[in-house]
Amino acid sequence: MSKFKKKGSGELPKISTASLPDIVFMLLFFFMVATVLRDNTLLIQNTLPAADQVQKLDKKDRVIYIYAGKPSSRYQDKYGDQPRIQLNDKFATVADVGAYVLAERAAKREELQNVLTTALKVDGETKMGLISDIKQELRKVNALKINYTTRIGDYSQNQ
Amino acid sequence: MARRSAPEVNAGSMADIAFLLLIFFLVTTTIETDSGINRKLPPMEEIIDPPIIKERNIFTVVVNKNNQILVEEELMDLRDLRKEAVAFLDNGGGLAEEACDYCQGERDRSSSDNPDKAIISLKNDRETDYKVYISVQNELVAAYNQLRNREFTRLYPEENMSYVEADKKYSDPRTDKSVKEKLKEKISVIKLMFPMKLSEAEPNKTS
Repeated sequence: MSKFKKKGSGELPKISTASLPDIVFMLLFFFMVATVLRDNTLLIQNTLPAADQVQKLDKKDRVIYIYAGKPSSRYQDKYGDQPRIQLNDKFATVADVGAYVLAERAAKREELQNVLTTALKVDGETKMGLISDIKQELRKVNALKINYTTRIGDYSQNQ
Repeated sequence: MARRSAPEVNAGSMADIAFLLLIFFLVTTTIETDSGINRKLPPMEEIIDPPIIKERNIFTVVVNKNNQILVEEELMDLRDLRKEAVAFLDNGGGLAEEACDYCQGERDRSSSDNPDKAIISLKNDRETDYKVYISVQNELVAAYNQLRNREFTRLYPEENMSYVEADKKYSDPRTDKSVKEKLKEKISVIKLMFPMKLSEAEPNKTS
């Protein structure tokens, strides 16, 4: 037993935990940065309308996004306040939609090319004319599965 | 000078604080999944010989440029749309082979024959607001879901869930394959009972 007796004033050597916070902070920063990934910087106002009969749209690799709405306030003096289409990070016209969808489709893996959904993220204030035009373009390129992306909520919030 | 070790600040609790923050962010951040109303557009090719559909089997919904909802040419509030759509779909006014034995509607001869024949036609104007259009779509989907839920709980009480929940479970990748198989069968039965026949006319130009 005397073998384990403390010798003199020699204290038990402490394991330094000083680096533990660093490790944890590293993890913390990773999660803080990684979880708020946004694919596109929005150039438009995008308040989605509310609906409650919704289906989830998971598997992001099978989705093509099309945004539409009024340009945000800082772009309005340049682009006006009429609703516009945004594809990737640029404003586009209706005529560009078909080519964009085809390009996006071609970039996907072959086995996914038939199961793609086009998600329309359109601001609630937009007029249906623009959306009908987009839909016509989508029909032309045979991208028939669409999803009107909404917020989850009661329709009364749309008034 | 004798180098005395400076009194160390105890950093042991720092890890606790950091962990606390870490767990907070882990819990609160959800990797965003979008949700919305799924729709299928009709293919581009022209139908050469459009089938003749009886007037009573069509439920016309028009949203005009002032965002007013007209059902069968009469003004209707959005609140009543779901109820009316359910009444139309569930009517089951058909006779003989067109009869619908699971419908609980009024069996009005001037309304739809059976859910398989019943078509909801939605027409909007180019000036219609998108959010109103989505509200209408939402209500029409809700009408179908309500009827499907009813039939699902009636036919499969052992599942102890509604059609919508079953559908959600079916499309959840975490669900077991054997469970999926079973659900798929039941879901397709219900879908056949109340097929979603929602036709969208191309909007007319505002003159």
